[in-house]
Amino acid sequence: MADVKLKGLRKSYGSVDVIKGVDIEIKDGEFVVFVGPSGCGKSTLLRMISGLETISGGTLEIGSRVVNKVPASERGIAMVFQSYAIFPHMTVRENIAFGLTIAKVPKAEKDAKVAEAARILQMEHLLDRRPSQLSGGQRQRVAIGRAITRNPEVFLFDEPLSNLDAALRLDMRMEIGRLHRSLGATMIYVTHDQVEAMTLADKIVVLKDGLVQQIGTPMELYHRPENLFVAGFLGAPSMNFFDVDIAMTDAATARVASQVVAEFEAPVWREGVGKGAKATLGIRPQDLRPVAEGGILSGTVNLIERLGTETVVDVRLADGHRVLVSLNEDRVFEPGESIQLAFDPGKAHLFAPASEQDLQAVQNAT
Amino acid sequence: MPAVKTDNRGLRLVSRYAALSLVAVVFIFPLLFMVMSSLKPSAQLLLDTKSLRAFLPVGDLSLANYSDAFARAPIGVFVFNSVLVTGVTVLLCLFVCSLAAFAFVFIEWSGKAVVFSILLATLIIPYETIFIPLLLMASQLPWIGGDGFELGWLNTYRVQIVPFIADALSIFLFVQFFKDLPKELIEASRVEGASWWTIYRRVVMPLSGPVIATAAILKFLFMYNQYLWPLMVVQDESIRPVMVGLGYFTDQLNVPWGEVMAYLTIITVPVLGFYLSLQRVFISSVASTGVKG
Repeated sequence: MADVKLKGLRKSYGSVDVIKGVDIEIKDGEFVVFVGPSGCGKSTLLRMISGLETISGGTLEIGSRVVNKVPASERGIAMVFQSYAIFPHMTVRENIAFGLTIAKVPKAEKDAKVAEAARILQMEHLLDRRPSQLSGGQRQRVAIGRAITRNPEVFLFDEPLSNLDAALRLDMRMEIGRLHRSLGATMIYVTHDQVEAMTLADKIVVLKDGLVQQIGTPMELYHRPENLFVAGFLGAPSMNFFDVDIAMTDAATARVASQVVAEFEAPVWREGVGKGAKATLGIRPQDLRPVAEGGILSGTVNLIERLGTETVVDVRLADGHRVLVSLNEDRVFEPGESIQLAFDPGKAHLFAPASEQDLQAVQNAT
Repeated sequence: MPAVKTDNRGLRLVSRYAALSLVAVVFIFPLLFMVMSSLKPSAQLLLDTKSLRAFLPVGDLSLANYSDAFARAPIGVFVFNSVLVTGVTVLLCLFVCSLAAFAFVFIEWSGKAVVFSILLATLIIPYETIFIPLLLMASQLPWIGGDGFELGWLNTYRVQIVPFIADALSIFLFVQFFKDLPKELIEASRVEGASWWTIYRRVVMPLSGPVIATAAILKFLFMYNQYLWPLMVVQDESIRPVMVGLGYFTDQLNVPWGEVMAYLTIITVPVLGFYLSLQRVFISSVASTGVKG
């Protein structure tokens, strides 16, 4: 098992920079998820760690050894691909044993390792089948089995569940979590699915345009997003944003108000907030609740989505601004109904004023 | 309304089968004519060509043409030579061309695009235009064999084989097929520690059955039908291929058509056998590579 350290890692294709200097430290045994919208560079970064992409700059260390120029097979890693990448002309047994066969491992040892992998993944009964006779989830399990037999220091997963249907995805997600606990190996996992990121990760790395936006535990990222992008990307439905005027009342609080937001006091802790009279206010849909009177926001109900245990209400404010409210109960609203919304001011997020570009990026990502 | 739909579908099916049968008949008739004619005396054969009798087993049928043909030419030697030259060339071609295509598709090297363009450009050059310089070259090539060092490759098996091992069309077919193989299979193999040779042998080639069949059939037909090149480079009867052997039946005023047909029937057997053995794979390949055979 090993630490993985990315120091100023860069990747360029000609004049196009895809990874623009990434620093990440992954501790031995940690489960780290790279998350971000399409094209953010998360898969490229994983492929650079695996050795399938060359590194244009910076250093990559696996187990305190610089591996920039080391071939993929000698980095002590195993990779699981989105498309499974299992060999259709080989049986499950041959697929799992592929790396061992190439390395000319003695048959007895090979059989033992295959049996152990099959036991861990509960697929002993599938060993003599061909991939065409397996379901998507079983195929992905074969790919994971092949990775396990390599006994790698680091497991790399490149969107391994994207090709599976929703029910199977849940099962496999739990299985990967279980695998991490039982093997205790370092795992790096790429996904664009925030549920996978939130449930599996010890640590999440949010990427955008080849740059790290924030690194932290799932709850740190959810409750303390450092910028608008992270705030908008994590959490479903996405966070509501408003342009507001602020006036600092003391070092850590400010009075907040705008045309559609009634005045209230909110905590200030992010850098750049309070230096001017403008800010962006973020409120998670789950933090809003309807009240009979005295709400901070007021508007009319536009659309309602009742999901049984949750109700999502789309509210339009007086200036046409759209606000999403997520209630943890089944409630009935009528479209056109007037509604007032309140929230705990302690859960308000104040960000330095958003540029058009920031907001666009948040919208594109969610 | 469903009844009408079913009728339409039935009608479409019938017309499709009718069209396919017509095409099959067009292709089968020459073969039928050849086989039937080989069983008839030359005089009757020529008379029958005026009617449908040419395609029917009617009249004075016998295997006399076959025994006469065997008496006139060493057919067994010719067929053996052709099968040997063609078989060896096909095997070497499959190996060399698939390796070349592997390098073009999976390995990064500078100048790859330029080399591939030049290779494709050679597709438009007919072999006939390079036969004279090739002949001059072959006549001066050195060889170290059982008799020690010698100069000139003329009158050998190797002069019929070596110039045709590598060809642009086969490489192109392999390249197109390899490009469609999932890239992740190759990457997974690399992560597992497979060398290029292992990837070629254990991953890529076992998945390339359809293109191997296509390239093999096209190469087999080209080699088996070779006439001009062996005529130029081979004088010795013992290493002559079948197409040159046809000259034994045509260099006189009265062509023995019955024997010619018997000879053609005999030399068609290896081709049909080879094609039929690979037919199933070949058809799936034409469907999957989008290359017409």
